[in-house]
Amino acid sequence: MSVLGRTARELRDDIAAGSISAEEACRMTLERISSVNPVLNAFNHVAADRALERAREIDRKRAAGESLGPLAGVPIALKDNICVRGMRTTASSKILDSFLPPYDATVVRKLESAGAVIVGKTNCDEFAMGSSNENSAYGPVRNPWNLETTPGGSSGGSAAAVAAQCVPLALGSDTGGSIRQPAALTGLTGFKPTYGRVSRYGMIAFASSLDQAGTLTHTVRDAAMLLAQMAGFDPRDSTSVDTPVPDYVGALEQPLAGLKVGLLKEFFEKGLDEASGTLVREALRLYEKLGAKLIEVSLPNLPLSVPAYYVVAPAECSSNLSRFDATRFGYRCENPTDLMDLYKRSRGEGFGDEVKRRIMTGTYVLSAGYYDAYYLRAQKVRRLITDDFARAFKQVDVLMGPTSPTPAFDIGAKVDDPVTMYLNDIYTIGANLAGLPAVSVPCGYAGGLPVGLQIIGPHFAEAKLFNVAHGYQRETEWHERIPRGYE
Amino acid sequence: MSTLTVADVERIAALAHLELTDEEKQLFTRQLADILNYAEQLQAIDTTGVPATAHVHLPEGVERPDEPRPSLAPGDAIANAPDGAPDAGLFRVPRVIG
Repeated sequence: MSVLGRTARELRDDIAAGSISAEEACRMTLERISSVNPVLNAFNHVAADRALERAREIDRKRAAGESLGPLAGVPIALKDNICVRGMRTTASSKILDSFLPPYDATVVRKLESAGAVIVGKTNCDEFAMGSSNENSAYGPVRNPWNLETTPGGSSGGSAAAVAAQCVPLALGSDTGGSIRQPAALTGLTGFKPTYGRVSRYGMIAFASSLDQAGTLTHTVRDAAMLLAQMAGFDPRDSTSVDTPVPDYVGALEQPLAGLKVGLLKEFFEKGLDEASGTLVREALRLYEKLGAKLIEVSLPNLPLSVPAYYVVAPAECSSNLSRFDATRFGYRCENPTDLMDLYKRSRGEGFGDEVKRRIMTGTYVLSAGYYDAYYLRAQKVRRLITDDFARAFKQVDVLMGPTSPTPAFDIGAKVDDPVTMYLNDIYTIGANLAGLPAVSVPCGYAGGLPVGLQIIGPHFAEAKLFNVAHGYQRETEWHERIPRGYE
Repeated sequence: MSTLTVADVERIAALAHLELTDEEKQLFTRQLADILNYAEQLQAIDTTGVPATAHVHLPEGVERPDEPRPSLAPGDAIANAPDGAPDAGLFRVPRVIG
């Protein structure tokens, strides 16, 4: 399940038992990355010396009989929009090409104190804007299931790194589906927590009311184990919520009998690839066999989630990315003639096309004369979508449907048409707009490419989602498959 | 249908402090029009009386005591500047006042 054929939990147990040292685990991880990265381009940066030093520190602690953290010695990769003090962090943008963060993100601090060993930063769409990882200043990532296809995005590097068994764990961020969609396209478990469950401090902002860090793993169990170490209130993020973190791992084995599953009617209508639809329906039938009751649920405003998102997210992006002023950090153009020339040319040369499109879309929808028609209206539609979900959760415990309209698509297939690219997120965006937790688990293969089942829960129902998703993995082996050549 | 001209794109780019090449202006004029036309679906439904909302599950108006706390050291704050003057503790920019 990892480079070492182990899940994170197994690896942690083996390190604690002394059957492998943290340093050996780290070396094997680094060797694996060196051998597959030239093809996959999953990593922007590998922090080998730092990782080995941290791993040796775990081994020293173990030898001295000190207590080991719940992730002691487990190698982890971070999406390159998560800041680690002194470790190059670029958000896959030329504008941050040489950025060395002066502080750690809260999730980094928490994971390192749990003993996780950060091995490097993964490629992603620039500033997490994209659904194919093609918007990276450092080139596209290839999907280990088929090198001609994208791994999805924006957390495509994290997904490829886990799928190719470089690391058992990776962090991504999910603003409109950027964890769940790549997880679906690479055969992984991708978990996006409730907005506010995990601190955003130190995660480079794209759309602040939507961004949430989450996990890419093979198994639901590893996701539960990892989120348990990330979740919690952080005084440095005023949108993180001060509510206790339940025992996610302890909730995994709860029986599923009596579970009420809402079948998202709108997700099975036009636009869904036939083979993917068949596999998702088969997964729903398995839940029925396990004692769940299926209830068809309609969320009438959900079809408006993509247009609402592509107003709200660019609006927030245009505001957040105004901080790139070529003064305090980031790329600066040559020989600026005056301050305005400095701003315009540095930003024009530093940002890629998709980021410019979104900054301009956001600037437009917030500008005088257009604010009411676009931004204000999108925020109202967002409320209608949130209310649709709330009504559904009065009837059912969780909602299910596909994660992505199609399996992995070819590199280059959609790059010229932004609206077609945006439709990749059609099933994932609703959970972001409403702030809901959601998970994608592999539910079969169509033409040799993985397909994802998406499960959405009410606010702070992470434990329930882990329980429901794990119940599926107990009965199936889709999540154990490894792409050929990466066993 | 939104129609967008190159002049519109130039105006938006100026507001966003983005210098665009001529090819980019042409490309973005077409693509931004596509995106805005797609967003026009939002006009199709009645939102009368609906509050504009980001999130319903978060506490509002979060406060903390106004007490001094340690913050980023000046040397750290300036370390990433493309043209910093660390000894003076300053960021250098082109002359602003003639």
